[in-house]
Parts: sequence; C-alpha cells; structure tokens
Amino acid sequence: MTEQQALAAFNEAPPRVNEWKRFRKVFFARRLVIFGLVVLFLLAFTAIFASVIAPYNPYKQNLYDVLKQPSWAHWLGTDSLGRDTLSRLIYGSRTAILVGFVTTGAGAAVGMLLGLIAGYYNGKLINMIIMRSMDLLISFPMIILALFLAAILGGGIWNVIIALGVGALPGYARVIQGLTLSIKENDYIMSERAMGASELRTMMAHILPNALPPMIVLITLQLGGIILAEAGLSYLGIGIRPPGAAWGAMVNEGYGYLTTNPVLSIAPGVAIMMVVFAFNLIGDGLRDALDPRLRGTL
Amino acid sequence: MTAYIIRRLLWALVILILLTVVIFFSMRLLPGDPLMIYVAQSRISNIGPEALAKMRADYGLDKPIMVQYYNWAKNVLKGDLGRSVFYNQSVGKLIRARLPITMHIGLAAFIVATLLGTMSGLLAGLRRGKLADQIVTPLAYIGITLPVFWLGIIMVYIFGLKLHWLPIGGYTSPFTNFWLNTRQMVMPVTCECLLGLASLSRQMRSSVLEVARQDYIRTAWAKGLRERVIVFRHMLKNSLIPIITLMGFAIGGIFGGSVLVETVFNIPGMGRLMVSSIFNQDYVVVQGTTLIFGAIVLVVNLLVDMSYGWLDPRIRYN
Repeated sequence: MTEQQALAAFNEAPPRVNEWKRFRKVFFARRLVIFGLVVLFLLAFTAIFASVIAPYNPYKQNLYDVLKQPSWAHWLGTDSLGRDTLSRLIYGSRTAILVGFVTTGAGAAVGMLLGLIAGYYNGKLINMIIMRSMDLLISFPMIILALFLAAILGGGIWNVIIALGVGALPGYARVIQGLTLSIKENDYIMSERAMGASELRTMMAHILPNALPPMIVLITLQLGGIILAEAGLSYLGIGIRPPGAAWGAMVNEGYGYLTTNPVLSIAPGVAIMMVVFAFNLIGDGLRDALDPRLRGTL
Repeated sequence: MTAYIIRRLLWALVILILLTVVIFFSMRLLPGDPLMIYVAQSRISNIGPEALAKMRADYGLDKPIMVQYYNWAKNVLKGDLGRSVFYNQSVGKLIRARLPITMHIGLAAFIVATLLGTMSGLLAGLRRGKLADQIVTPLAYIGITLPVFWLGIIMVYIFGLKLHWLPIGGYTSPFTNFWLNTRQMVMPVTCECLLGLASLSRQMRSSVLEVARQDYIRTAWAKGLRERVIVFRHMLKNSLIPIITLMGFAIGGIFGGSVLVETVFNIPGMGRLMVSSIFNQDYVVVQGTTLIFGAIVLVVNLLVDMSYGWLDPRIRYN
C-alpha cells in the first residue's frame, strides 16, 4: 500500500470516537438506566441518612400501637410489636447495602484474584487447584451453600456475608480466568514480559485493567442477586439478628398478618424488588455501553 | 465422544469425592466435641465418663480423623447418612421420604421453565419490537427481580386467602389425591420456575437475535426455505448452547429456591428439612441434605457438559 493509498483509507474510515463520550452516550441514552440510577441514589441516600429520615426509632416497641393500619402517623402502619414499618423499611436499606456491597466487593476481589492466577498459570498445578475448587463450589446452589456455612458458622450478618461471598466466588473466578487466557495471548503482554516486567506487574497492571469492563457488568448484576439471596436468608431467619431490620425478615414477620395487615409483607418485598430491578437495569446499561463490539462507533 | 464422556465422568467423580471431604471436615469445624454436641442435643442426662468413652468408641470418634472420614464415606456409599438426633430416625430414611416431594415439584418447575422460557424467548427474538416482544421482555425482566418467597406470599394472599381458588400450602401425594395435588402444586411450581423461566427467556431471545444475524440463516432465507424449517432446524439448535448452560444453572436455582418455597408453602420436602435441621442444630441431617443437593447439581452439570458435546462437535473434539 502506498502512502497515498494509506492516507486515503485513513480519511475514508469513520472517525474514532472518544471512548468515554461513547460510553456516556450509550449508557445515559436508556431511560430505564436513568430510572435505575435514581432508585440506587435513593437507596444510598436512605441508607446514609436513615437516622434523619426515619420518623420513628425502628427498634422501639410500643405495645399500645400494635398492628396499626397505614395512617398519617404511621404511613405503612406498625408491626406486631408496635414498631413503625416505614422506619424499619428505611433502616433495612442499610442491611441491604451493607450485605450487597461488602459481599460483592469481597467476593469480586478474591474471585478475580483467583481467576487471574488460574488464567495466567494455565496448565499448571495452581490452575487445577483453583478451578477444581471453583467447580466444587459451583455444585452447591448459592442459598444451599450459604445455609450450610451458616449452620457451621452460626447466623448473624457477617456470617451471611462470608457465606454469600464464598458462593459468589466461582462466577468471578471463571469469567476472569477465561478473559485472562485470551488477554495474555496479545502481543503487548508478550512485549511487556520481554521487556522484563514481573509476572505480578503483568497480571495487575496489564491483564486486570483489560479484563475489568466485563467484570464491572458482572459485579453490577451480581449485586442484585446478592441482595435477593440475603433477603431469602433473612426470610428464613438466618442473617441479621432481632431487633435489627432486614427486608426479608420483615416479609416473614408480616406473613402471619397477611389477611389483616398485608402491607407488612408487601412493602419490604416491593423494596427488594425495586433495588434488584435497579441493579439489573444498570448492569444491562453498562453491558451495552462497554460492549467491545461497539467500540469506536456512534 | 466416548473419551469425552469418560473424561467428564472422571472429573465428576473427583469433584464428588472433594464434596464429601469438604462436607465431612466442615462439620468437624463446629466448635466443641461432636459427642458432647450429640449428648446435649439428645437431652441425655447423668452420663458418666465410662458411658461417654463407650459412646465415643461406638460412634468411632476415638479413631483418627482420616479413619473417621473413611468410615463415614463408606457408610454414605451404602446409603447410611447417620442418625438424626431430633427425629430419632436414620437420615437416609428422612431424605427418602422427602426427596421425591422436592424432585416432583422441582421437575415440574424445570419442565415449565424450560418450555415456557425457550418458547417465549424464541417468540420475542423472532418478533423483535413487536407485541410479543413487548410483552415477554418486560415480564422476563420482572421475573428475575422478584423474590420467590415474596411472590409466594403474594400468591397465597390473592389466590388462597382472598379468592379461595387454591390451597395455601401442604403436599398430598398425586397417588392419594391427584386433583388436590395438582391444585397444591400450582403456586409452588410457579414460584420455583420463575427465575429459571425468566433467565431462559432472556437468554433465548438474545441467542436467537445473535443466530439470526449469521450467514447460514441468511442463506437459508435466500434459498426460500419456510420460516418453520429455518426456525426449528437451523436457529433452534444453534441457539441452544447457552440455553443448556442456563438450564444447568436453572436446576441449581430450582433446588436453591426449594428451600424458600417449601418454607412458604409448608411443604415437607428436602429444603424445609434442611432449614428446620439448622434451627434444631441437627447437624447430621444438614450434612446429609447438603450432600444430596450437591450430588444432584453435580450430576446435572455433568449431563449439561455431555450435552455440549452432542450439540457442538467442536467442544467434543477439543
């Protein structure tokens, strides 16, 4: 190809678009993503300022005010111990956020590290040990594994976080292992190694950043799943201990009063659904915006 | 294909052995002497040191831990999973009474999820942007966000307590009363299948959209083949690989969901047995139920892996 031909080809090619600009354009173009972000913002705001927003002390029992119907004084009524449902719902957002973010963060960090090591040392003993352990973990449905671990470790919010975090590991490890296998075959990784970069540097500074976009999508989608699983465990009575507020436990507490006070079960269920919905919307938006097949377009 | 199957079977065997190792040794992590936990749970009073030593020897707890594991694994292979302290029955017997119930509901949920999930996804993919897609896609989205236990409660409220259309819980064998069993199954099956159905539908839709772009589909259209032939002979099989993976996950999800669904609907299945055993600190039962759930999911994953080989020859020969 002559210089002129190359120049002509360059001029005819569609202009490269700034990646960040393209990301913003795709991500914020979807109205549902905006809705998800608003829900997420409200959740974070509610969790942070729970003590300011909540109209009543969520733990204070008032036996003169048990099972009140929704009114101006108690917007969502009161439970069987006279506690304000709205206040407990607001405080429950803290549990959801704490379990969701800590579990996903810890699970993703450990899972990604394991997957990175397994992918980098493909064919070695360490790869076999890590990936077979992940195969083992994946043979338990997450909630069964969490129940089994909760039986060993005992209930309580931190044990639930450990149990769900362990359950989430294989998802991250398997995905990043696959990504590492393909990324490490690139020329820039080979030239980095040839230039004397250490294995740790190659993994952390070159492979990991290139594997991050799909991981961000996975992490966002997992957040919803973790919040759902935590709600399930607290529904079963494993998780936050009374009188702490958790949405799943609130659904269970309200079950006995379904005919007289359905709002006790309905309200926390709607909250769980909205938050999971929001994370899924954002995850899907991120997937579209970070899709490598769309890179350089728009 | 035979070599592929043998390789997969061997791996499954290794994982199964690892599964027993993890479950056995995890239960030994419980704080305290297992014999003392047993004694405390059995509410045996006035037990002397000689009697304790005899019990320790009877249960094989005086032997080295590896020997204990060997004996336990040998008994598991014979179907002896130990004895429940709470129920005062063999765990094998407890599980045998409950597993068919969980399997019955789980299988029904799996069939509904697979059929409705793939068909609705196929329809939404083929009619992208049309009415069918506009109905299926949001419903599938809602399906993956609904907490199953909450949906169960809402269904109990509407169909059980308000409309009186369906019984609010329990389980009757279909051989005893088929009609009652069918009515009792509607709500639990709906709840258990929901997540799998919604995920399969979403995946099937995107698979169909992906496959529809391929050259061989364009060629099929260009050849003038009928839509039915293109969809069922060319598109469906090629869209199935990610679906089969998800079907494996769906079965795991169904068994996981059974823990919640059986609790909501008061169904005497494996899931409820596991949950109640945790609260009763009946660790032998927790151990047994976890092992059975793990082994079932392992077998399902094995079948999924084998079906890849059948669906995609590239995987078989790699």
